[in-house]
Amino acid sequence: MNKLSLIIKREYLAKVRNKSFVIMTFLSPVLMVAMVVLIAYLTKLNDSEKRIIAVLNESNYFSRDFLSTESTGYVNFTAIDLQTAKDSTSNLGYYGLLYIPHKSDLELVAEHSFFYSKDAPNTMILNQLEAVFQDRLQQQKLQSLGVSAEEFAKIDNSFEIKASTFTGELNLKGINEIKAFIGGGFGYLIMMFIIIYGGFVMRSVIEEKTSRIIEVIISSVKPFQLMLGKIIGTSLAGITQFAIWIVSAGFLLLIAFSFFDIDPAALNSSANLTSNMEVGVSPIPSADGVMQLYAQELFKIPWVMLITFFLIYFILGYLIYSSIYAAIGAAVDNETDTQQFIFPIILPLMLGIYVGFFSVFSNPHGPIAVGFSLFPLTSPIVMLMRLPGGIGEGGVPIWQLITSIVLLIITFIGIVWLAAKIYRVGILMYGKKPSYKELFKWLKY
Amino acid sequence: MNNILVTKEVTKQYGEYTALNKVSLEIPKNSIYGLLGPNGAGKTTLIRIINQITYPDQGEVYFNGELLKPHHIAMMGYLPEERGLYKNMKVGEQVLYLAQLKGLSKTEAKKRLKYWFERLDIGDWWNKKTQELSKGMAQKIQFIVTVLHEPKLLIFDEPFSGFDPINANIIKDEILRLKENGTSIIFSTHRMESVEELCEYIALIHQSEKILDGKLSDIKKAYKNNIFKVGLETDNGDVMLNELSEKFQVLESAYHPSEKQLDFSVQLPSNDSGEMLAYLSGKANINHFMETVPSASEIFIQTVQSKDAHE
Repeated sequence: MNKLSLIIKREYLAKVRNKSFVIMTFLSPVLMVAMVVLIAYLTKLNDSEKRIIAVLNESNYFSRDFLSTESTGYVNFTAIDLQTAKDSTSNLGYYGLLYIPHKSDLELVAEHSFFYSKDAPNTMILNQLEAVFQDRLQQQKLQSLGVSAEEFAKIDNSFEIKASTFTGELNLKGINEIKAFIGGGFGYLIMMFIIIYGGFVMRSVIEEKTSRIIEVIISSVKPFQLMLGKIIGTSLAGITQFAIWIVSAGFLLLIAFSFFDIDPAALNSSANLTSNMEVGVSPIPSADGVMQLYAQELFKIPWVMLITFFLIYFILGYLIYSSIYAAIGAAVDNETDTQQFIFPIILPLMLGIYVGFFSVFSNPHGPIAVGFSLFPLTSPIVMLMRLPGGIGEGGVPIWQLITSIVLLIITFIGIVWLAAKIYRVGILMYGKKPSYKELFKWLKY
Repeated sequence: MNNILVTKEVTKQYGEYTALNKVSLEIPKNSIYGLLGPNGAGKTTLIRIINQITYPDQGEVYFNGELLKPHHIAMMGYLPEERGLYKNMKVGEQVLYLAQLKGLSKTEAKKRLKYWFERLDIGDWWNKKTQELSKGMAQKIQFIVTVLHEPKLLIFDEPFSGFDPINANIIKDEILRLKENGTSIIFSTHRMESVEELCEYIALIHQSEKILDGKLSDIKKAYKNNIFKVGLETDNGDVMLNELSEKFQVLESAYHPSEKQLDFSVQLPSNDSGEMLAYLSGKANINHFMETVPSASEIFIQTVQSKDAHE
């Protein structure tokens, strides 16, 4: 036990004192914040640009339909021909020219209208213009059918189906996706951590092998102790790094926001708005109320439970994968030989992420989602995507959760046992690039 | 109990390949025991079994009379042939870590390290980076780490590789001093001159089997081939040589008339040189008369070759 803690301490310090680790740790949050600030700044810059559109209206329609807004301004040209209008538009540096010809009726006018611009026009601008035309055409058709403009205005065409569980709780559209997204975030974090820190474990094993210190160490500690100490020490370094990132990123963001005078609350609401749009909720009069419901629903996600299970799946998943990484490191002599072994490890991780995103999003409790959340090599990722929906009634059935964890623990014991065997033999083998067949033989030594 | 380490019919297999086949050894206390053998004979496997890095498939190992157990590892020191250090650690940190892994407390390790660093005159290396050390310097560090916890049994695998002659001598003297202080030492090497110099006992391992072991002086006696080297002072060496050749089996000879010196070697039927001496006395002045004793190197080559020839 004492030796194990010595090894953990050394591995931790070796990692933490490493220059590239220090640089990565302290540079990443700065880069991340710089990126957020840059995006915020660019968005602001983008918004502030006002596009001006010249309108040459020769028809009898649309005299008061093109109204300037914050981002788009309209300038009316009168009594000049089209060519002059085009020239002056480009001379004045306007965004484009909308030409509405004189025709006998509205439909013909609409059909022959043109938008001229220097480059291919922005879709948003075109949509704006099209909306004006469509509105007028619709109005005219309705009028011909006998519906007055006032009556038309009263028609509320927004509709949303209300959904509820059988027990009467109100269901919100898209909430499952949002929840799976949160779970997916946790799953993604696990995957990244495994790939980055598993790689560190592997490199550290290779380093001990190539520097030939391994036999010195192995004569005083058991290979299994060394492997375990390495895995734990490296993961502690990783956790330190994550903790520094979270704290410093939060701190820097706060500074950045106050510096650039961005209101985090405003950002929040716009973020919520976009998430609404994504899931297809059109803004309806009681949008604020719905927002409240979403917020409530997010608060209702059992965070304590989620984080507890995140830790369980994280620890077990990380231990399984990093012991495989350690075995790979032991089996080879240098990093270039690791490729053939690494791909099969990354495969289930990627599968977990993609299958998770596709199947859990559409049906968190469908057969694919259930299958992958039970399979031990993908369960740390996929189960975490399902968990924000809760446990038990309406969420993940308890038997699935227990089965998944039990399978994970059994796999953990099995894999660590196998990895330790390969590790024990591999660290003392030099000069050979082993095949899978050879690794299998090592298990029997 | 006079043996520090005993192996009984130790067998180790890697798949189809037999690395050690029923090797039994007795390593006496307070001696230097040479473990010899060609490359790939199984020496390293045997050493790894003694260090409990791997385990035998069959057979037992006894340390100091007890069946080998994990706690014995603290009483052994092992300097492997393939040895290295962590590149990115400072020398001091590194030796402290390795010493603590051997079970020393931090303060005790520091105290002993200070002693050894001064003893080998490397006191100013403590804060050096391992990368800056030359191969010989790193070897010294590894030597210290091996002996620091004052083990009862030391195992050196090619301890002199990488050392210049001066430092090799320093290390050799340290090994002899450790033996004086009661440590038992297993010494694996290809360098036969150091075997002659250091070892009291040897074992020869070849193709996974022990083919020879015992006290070096006894083995040498057993390997004596009754060849004697003789130098005579005589005026008519050629006549003398002819007479000799009729009576004895003369192998090589050389006569230097200017110095009146006849040198020859002769194969006698037994170790009894009385007949030869009686014959020579009165006929010439005997400058030297000496039995040739085979060197460890000759024994090594002879045994391995005869073993190979039998197969």
